[in-house]
Amino acid sequence: MGNPFSLQGKTVLVTGASSGLGASTAIECSKVGATLIITGRNSERLNDTFEQLEGKDHIQIPLDLLNMTNLDEFVKNLSTLDGIALCAGITKTIPVKFISADNIDEIFQTNIFSSMQLIQKLLKQKKINKGGSIVFISSISTSYADKGNAVYAASKGAMNSFSKVVALELSGQKITSNCIQPGFVPSRMLIDGIVTEEQLEEERKKYPLGFGEPSDIANGIIYLLSDAAKWVTGSVLTIDGGVTLR
Amino acid sequence: MELNEFVQNFGQEFDETPIDIFTPETVFKDIEEWGSLTALSIIAMVDETMEARITGADIRSSDTIQDLYIKIISK
Repeated sequence: MGNPFSLQGKTVLVTGASSGLGASTAIECSKVGATLIITGRNSERLNDTFEQLEGKDHIQIPLDLLNMTNLDEFVKNLSTLDGIALCAGITKTIPVKFISADNIDEIFQTNIFSSMQLIQKLLKQKKINKGGSIVFISSISTSYADKGNAVYAASKGAMNSFSKVVALELSGQKITSNCIQPGFVPSRMLIDGIVTEEQLEEERKKYPLGFGEPSDIANGIIYLLSDAAKWVTGSVLTIDGGVTLR
Repeated sequence: MELNEFVQNFGQEFDETPIDIFTPETVFKDIEEWGSLTALSIIAMVDETMEARITGADIRSSDTIQDLYIKIISK
């Protein structure tokens, strides 16, 4: 018997692989044997990720998931998949008073609508192998409220609900669908924002186990993609260093 | 945007504090209502009305409303 936690022989699609958790997920998956297909909007940074992948036969495809013509083409040319890690996402801090149709649309399009449409197209074109796994990167913000986070949190809440129905509908093909809810992992996406060093330090104090690293989340994703988790579906796995304990 | 208009917009982001107490010299962190949500609202207001991106650090390093205004227009 092989190691049930290995991704050897599995082809895994990672979206949002040009930065943050997506990049780390792709790299960690390659270390445990997966063959990767990575996509992201920024081709230069996607290539940075690609060069860090271990093993061979990986493919990188710069892609804006919001462009439907490109998405159709992308799915059509894709080989069949054993795993999908949906890591594309954006965050924006907007107090409810400042919400607009534009920023709701921007956040929902990137964080959930694009993933819904990608899954739809993959299923319609029978690109997910029997026994495959889908992993959505949600957030603890779905139930752990933070000021300014309403639209982002709502988009991730939509994701959790979507994943459960996907899990039920695909159970006949033994395809699983799960969400991971990471706590705060310092990454480019967050550090580029309005967070100062002092605020970061204050935030760190809330985490019983301190801040996590991108690989802490990636390892959870690997588990859900692996055969070890073949009976796990519709679940929401929180990986947050204990921040939501209190 | 003129300084006076900025001071008005700044004051509008408060719900409990009377608008007429706001002047360019107001030390805004001393206002009882000041907190993380008002800070986020000021950042969003500046983005919306002045198309400028300020950070928590810009707010932290400003004492008066005028200090912040100067930081924004020099961006």
